[in-house]
Amino acid sequence: MEPIFSKQQRTGPVLFSKYNRGDAIKKALETGRENVLFEIKSSKLKGRGGAGFPTSTKWMLTAAAKADQKFLVCNADEGEPGTFKDRVLLTEYPELVFDGMVVGGYTIGAKEGIVYLRGEYEYMKKYLEDYLHLMRKDNLLGNSILGVSDFNYDIKIRMGAGAYVCGEETALIESLEGNRGEARNRPPYPVNTGYNGRPTSVNNVETLAAAAHIVVKGGDWYAKVGTDKSSGSKLFSISGDCNKPGVYELPWGTKVSDLLKLVVAKETKAVQVGGASGICLPASQFERTLAYEDIGTGGSIMIFSKNRDMLKILKNFMEFFVEESCGQCTPCRIGNVKLLEGVEMIEKGTFTFEYINKLKELGATMQVASKCGLGQSSPNSFISILDNFKDEILNKIEA
Amino acid sequence: MDKNKKSRAPVSQQSLKVEKPTDPTSIGGMITVELNEKKVSVPLGTTILEACRQNQIHIPTLCHHEDLCIAGVCRVCAVEVEGMKTLQASCAFPITASIKVKTSTSQVRKARRHIIDLMLSEHYGECYSCLRNGNCELQSLAQEYGVDEYTFGHCDKPKYEIDKSSYSVVRDMSKCVLCKRCVRTCIDLQEVGVLESIDRGDKTHIGTFMEKPLADVICINCGQCINRCPTAALKANDPSDEIWAAIDDPKKHVVIQTAPSPRAAIAECFGIGAGTSLTQELNTALKRIGFDAVFDTNFTADLTILEEGTELIIRLYKALVGGDKSVALPQFTSCSPGWVKYIEHYYPEYLDNMSSAKSPQQMFGAILKTFYAQQVNVDPKDIVSVALMPCSAKKFECNRPEMDSSGYKDVDYGLTTREMAKMIKEAGIYLPEMPKSHFDSPFGDASGAGLIFGATGGVMEAAIRSVVEFVTGNKAEDIFANANVTPVRGFEGVKYVELPLGDKVGPVPELIKHLVPNWDWLKGATLKVAVAHGTANAKKIMDDIKAGGIFSQCHFIEFMACPGGCIGGGGQPIPTSLEIRKARAKAIYAEDESLELRKSHENPYVTMIYEKFLTDGPCGHISHKLLHTHYTPRGKFIS
Repeated sequence: MEPIFSKQQRTGPVLFSKYNRGDAIKKALETGRENVLFEIKSSKLKGRGGAGFPTSTKWMLTAAAKADQKFLVCNADEGEPGTFKDRVLLTEYPELVFDGMVVGGYTIGAKEGIVYLRGEYEYMKKYLEDYLHLMRKDNLLGNSILGVSDFNYDIKIRMGAGAYVCGEETALIESLEGNRGEARNRPPYPVNTGYNGRPTSVNNVETLAAAAHIVVKGGDWYAKVGTDKSSGSKLFSISGDCNKPGVYELPWGTKVSDLLKLVVAKETKAVQVGGASGICLPASQFERTLAYEDIGTGGSIMIFSKNRDMLKILKNFMEFFVEESCGQCTPCRIGNVKLLEGVEMIEKGTFTFEYINKLKELGATMQVASKCGLGQSSPNSFISILDNFKDEILNKIEA
Repeated sequence: MDKNKKSRAPVSQQSLKVEKPTDPTSIGGMITVELNEKKVSVPLGTTILEACRQNQIHIPTLCHHEDLCIAGVCRVCAVEVEGMKTLQASCAFPITASIKVKTSTSQVRKARRHIIDLMLSEHYGECYSCLRNGNCELQSLAQEYGVDEYTFGHCDKPKYEIDKSSYSVVRDMSKCVLCKRCVRTCIDLQEVGVLESIDRGDKTHIGTFMEKPLADVICINCGQCINRCPTAALKANDPSDEIWAAIDDPKKHVVIQTAPSPRAAIAECFGIGAGTSLTQELNTALKRIGFDAVFDTNFTADLTILEEGTELIIRLYKALVGGDKSVALPQFTSCSPGWVKYIEHYYPEYLDNMSSAKSPQQMFGAILKTFYAQQVNVDPKDIVSVALMPCSAKKFECNRPEMDSSGYKDVDYGLTTREMAKMIKEAGIYLPEMPKSHFDSPFGDASGAGLIFGATGGVMEAAIRSVVEFVTGNKAEDIFANANVTPVRGFEGVKYVELPLGDKVGPVPELIKHLVPNWDWLKGATLKVAVAHGTANAKKIMDDIKAGGIFSQCHFIEFMACPGGCIGGGGQPIPTSLEIRKARAKAIYAEDESLELRKSHENPYVTMIYEKFLTDGPCGHISHKLLHTHYTPRGKFIS
């Protein structure tokens, strides 16, 4: 299998194929909203943040909601440990992201697009704002865009303040409104009641970039790549024990083992797919595929070679969640603390198997009873590392 | 409370309500859902929790409180909804489709037990040594789910220092389970906004601005957070040990005045449902405990009507006849110490509108250590004056530095209904079985007008009963059936009432004849009054006044800090709900109607005190010294 894109070679047939600023906007305005929705639907594009919600459905629901104002929010709060693909898109391909935002805003009927930019990416802000200024000059933003009299749309950039939970769309919206970053109850969903109570479509940076291409080149063109249930390509942020880390564009359906070959990873013991909130694969599962039907992911891949200590890795993840839980719901706020305590017990050898099993059951409760995706996914690594690396962790205990 | 009110809590701390159809019989107005395989029909937008409760399915809750917007944070009410990957918080899930719900699957039961176990693991303290032992929602949940061990451990050290800085509210955050009811009470129900979540993850805690002690922030001491706290993380600052010490000290003459609301609610502390008044039983119990005299705060409530009413008449006369533009109108009531502190913080520019009359508690305090001390020939320094109040803010009020017009601290201790019940139990008394007895002389039993001060609209009703008789010369009974001024009653958040006084005026009563020569200037006038309870409603009126709206045209406005008025005060028995507050109010109105004496100015003891002691009449020199006060503009940045 050939890489579509790597950090060494930044061209490719899908996301990094040729694209001129404004192409998608022109096409969308020429062909109309229904056509945009049709192409996005036939592309089978799913949300690239990790949850994989069909983008066409999200836009259709937002477009169908009745309100005086609607918003499109670009989720650039790239906070999952091990992801750095949105940074590449924003700095090197802003035309894709912003054109996607204009097309999305046009489709759902918004007048305002907001980029919620990760606090740590503040250094990008001026660059992006200059780019937006350029677009305004070219009438790709502002009033009567490209001469379409009733299409006024602009984009502004809002900074996050460093909370991981604000990548969750409802917490992001709370943060935009000036409140603590805490997830909301749903239903109602943001497509009906989002930013300032108005219908809001929150889309990942990569989703919007893909949408720009799809509008220009058609849904079928996009859906040719990938698998039946996971169409198109995906950016993977690959880090850890390998010779060629970086951002790679790969078709959905790529096997983990192929990915490891590609980045020249040797003596790999474990691959953490999906960041701290993802799952940890042992070597026996490297033939699994990266696709929604097998392992869906937002694209964080962390590679651990044989001399890494899995318990330390797990501890690091759990410390992260203890700190990053927003603290509002019981299962996540206290549950993560208990899981971390369990890891520390294993570290010290002061645990019982009975108790560790109780903690795994607790993890299962957290997965279903937490208020938002953070608490629902934070036990994933606890459960998968303890299940998949039982022997290593047991050895450690005996030693 | 007001279900249509737009919540001020962050959206994360609410479930957004789906608009319920006005006509449930319209198409799509009702939805059929399956609850535990039983098909039921509910109006669109009903939450799963509501639907289950209507169908006798019990779901445990903790962060849910019917007075508050819904947070959905404790997760203990989790249920399974078919087709959804995760469990749903039933309190926060509005039904908009024909869903199938299961409330007691093994996953649900396990999740609930886990959640309770987790809360217990972080909740510091032993039930034995807890004020809320026996009345704690966390304890009840643990019992309901058969918790017999600390599955995930238990903290053995307190995490936070107890904040006892406030005279009114004590915060012991080590007992907090972060249900955020206090936050929603403060931000949303009361619109004060002293409490919020601080930090995140396992460091999350409820705190004040800059983590200052409660005494140094803009807390109005209303104690509504205490009433809604499921554990003992919030409690009132309890002076009962000092009171016991005073009772045990033979040199001290310990007197107690009792406000109307505690007697209508204290039965709840003895396992009797809300709405039973135990006025005269309480008198006996207090005497048996060892109080040297038991008085009725209603006496000074009656006195308040005379003082505050006279003040209003003087203001109106100056403004309408004298054309004095500097007179501040409308006049605001000043009996609610929570409201007083609220306006001092939030609308200090309107302090001139406040009646200078003290609250009944403080009037009584001043009279006890002056007039009463002379009457019973006791040195006022030996009098310990206790006030049984439904209120936590009264504790702050009696400690205000200006409340020393008798030359001593006018009221030594404010005691809440809950604390009184505890003292009665400690004394081995079962209150409901006490024989009845009257209040002590020289103040005796007071009027029904004083009694209804306890419910929202009560001060206004008492004032109206007297004012219309004063001005028109007619009996209040001739104007209002049974002298019940029903337009100002009820639990609506804000009430506005116009009362045409008519063209016939009567003679000016002897008591105030030196202040106004006649009533001709009120001929054909319409008295405009308003009533608000809960500071969120007070805020509505104040903002309207600021904007020059309809309320700025009022003459007199009653403000109570607590929802429902004093019967819903921060010192009242826990739990509270609209239903409970209504039952308490009903008990008060029923007692009022059973009395012969129902108008403040007809109270013979009030007449007596103006003859014997306050000889220059209402708002005269002596009463100004003893019964009136001044206020402190505080703003939002100082305590």
